[in-house]
Amino acid sequence: MNESNDIMILDAVERYIRGEMNPDERLHFENLRKTNGEIDQLVVEHTLFLQQMNRFGEWQKFRSTLNEVHTDLTEQGKIDSDRLKGKARVVYLWNKYKRVTAIAASIAGITALSISGLVWSVSPKPDNSKLQDLSRQLQIVKQDQRNQKTVINQLQDQTKMPLDPSILYKSGGSGFLIDGKGLLVTNAHVVRDATNIAVQDRAGVVYNAVVAFADFDKDIAILRIQDNNFKPMGPLPYAISKATTDLAEPVFTLGYPRDEIVYGEGYLSAKTGFDGDTLSCQIAIAANPGNSGGPILNHSGEVVGILSTRETAAEGVVFALQAKHIYKALDELKSKNDTLFQRVKLNSKSSIAGLDRTQQVKKVEDYVFMVKVN
Amino acid sequence: MKPENNEQLLLQGLARNDKKAVETIYKDHYSVIQSLIINNNGSADDARDIFQEAMIVLYEKARSGSFELHCQLRTYIYSVARRLWLKRLQQSRRFSGEIVNTEEVVHVEEDVEEHVKRDLEFGMMEKAIIGLGEPCKSLLEAFYIQKKNMQEIASNFGYTNAENAKTQKYKCLMRLKKIFFTHYKNGTK
Repeated sequence: MNESNDIMILDAVERYIRGEMNPDERLHFENLRKTNGEIDQLVVEHTLFLQQMNRFGEWQKFRSTLNEVHTDLTEQGKIDSDRLKGKARVVYLWNKYKRVTAIAASIAGITALSISGLVWSVSPKPDNSKLQDLSRQLQIVKQDQRNQKTVINQLQDQTKMPLDPSILYKSGGSGFLIDGKGLLVTNAHVVRDATNIAVQDRAGVVYNAVVAFADFDKDIAILRIQDNNFKPMGPLPYAISKATTDLAEPVFTLGYPRDEIVYGEGYLSAKTGFDGDTLSCQIAIAANPGNSGGPILNHSGEVVGILSTRETAAEGVVFALQAKHIYKALDELKSKNDTLFQRVKLNSKSSIAGLDRTQQVKKVEDYVFMVKVN
Repeated sequence: MKPENNEQLLLQGLARNDKKAVETIYKDHYSVIQSLIINNNGSADDARDIFQEAMIVLYEKARSGSFELHCQLRTYIYSVARRLWLKRLQQSRRFSGEIVNTEEVVHVEEDVEEHVKRDLEFGMMEKAIIGLGEPCKSLLEAFYIQKKNMQEIASNFGYTNAENAKTQKYKCLMRLKKIFFTHYKNGTK
């Protein structure tokens, strides 16, 4: 007899013993029992087994009733057994009142949810339509805030030259310094069609910048900060890597998907970019509009790429331009402009290699800027 | 109501696993048994064990339907508990003398022997079911003890359909029955 047959027979035996068969079926089964000794034996044996199971189940139930009663009576002081002490008592009380606790907790939960729901419904909603576009469209309202901030900054530091308050920046991205004197790298698409460009540091101070170089094929641009208020910064903490990154190498990024600098981490998932593009590589990281142009750093603090595009069809798939193209872009820039950039040399030695991630981020974040464009 | 009638009612409740009845008997008789145990080399935990075992004897008797109480409930429980405790003491060789009776005692040896045997069987069954591991344990308990139907079980245990659950249940059952009948045959020989 094969297994499915056995299962069927057992099923029939159980229904027979439980009296779940209809009269015809029952008659048929009883005949079978008479003629087939094996089945008859199975019925006898299984009946015994089921009886035993039944009694066993009831025995278990009764024992648990006894234990419940014992604990209850002891707690009520009606019998003089040792009262539960310490942890056991806590467990007892917890079991006894967990329904109450659960109800209280769910009421608290529902209240919290409805309050947050209420707050959410009256608070301004994020504009989801922006999320697919990698260069971020800044909202007018936010820009107003930014202008106010600028005004405050001006009040704080009268020597700072006021920016033209009439400029409303529409879109933006991220960028990072490749030279302490004020050269930044970002994506070319971030500064496409720009009339005015400004970069803003972590503290919210805004500086004017101009495009020194842009290569739309590679999607790389070099910006130069042209602002009297910008004080040259010291040597860069991170290096710009010439090498190709290895698969699965953990990486992190810093950028401005919102008005606050945001950290994200992931890993290099493919050595080529979208559609086998050899200029870029693929990274699994959570990136949002505004992350465009931000640096991709490896664990030793080397910039290995520039975060550029996100595949709209897949979450968490981001393409980054390989960092060696920064060198190429700078070389091209040098060849075009004879004086201004000749002395610029990219840092090839990271000074934050041995630090833990928190410390690395602390060092790097001052060198990552928000790029704002109108 | 006469106390005997009252006790008969309590026994009927006990047979149904009625919590109120269990509570009443428990409350009225626990302290007598506890002092019996504690005065005879036992601890409060021993008292609890022995009293609950005596309650199980009473429960089984009440369930059998043929049980007629020829003495007071108090006397019966005391007699059973005393007998159980004596056996326990003999097994652990802590004590080989006599227990000083503070109560009237009736003859309960057969009842206790029957209980001990059954207790062993159930203990074996419990061990066997636990020994099956999951999901067999929960699956068999759900079907044979909680008496849930296969559709319900299939959805509770995340089987795609009742047939899959049935197949799994069958495999578990075969394992349990094998253990059960081995023990059973050894036990009855």
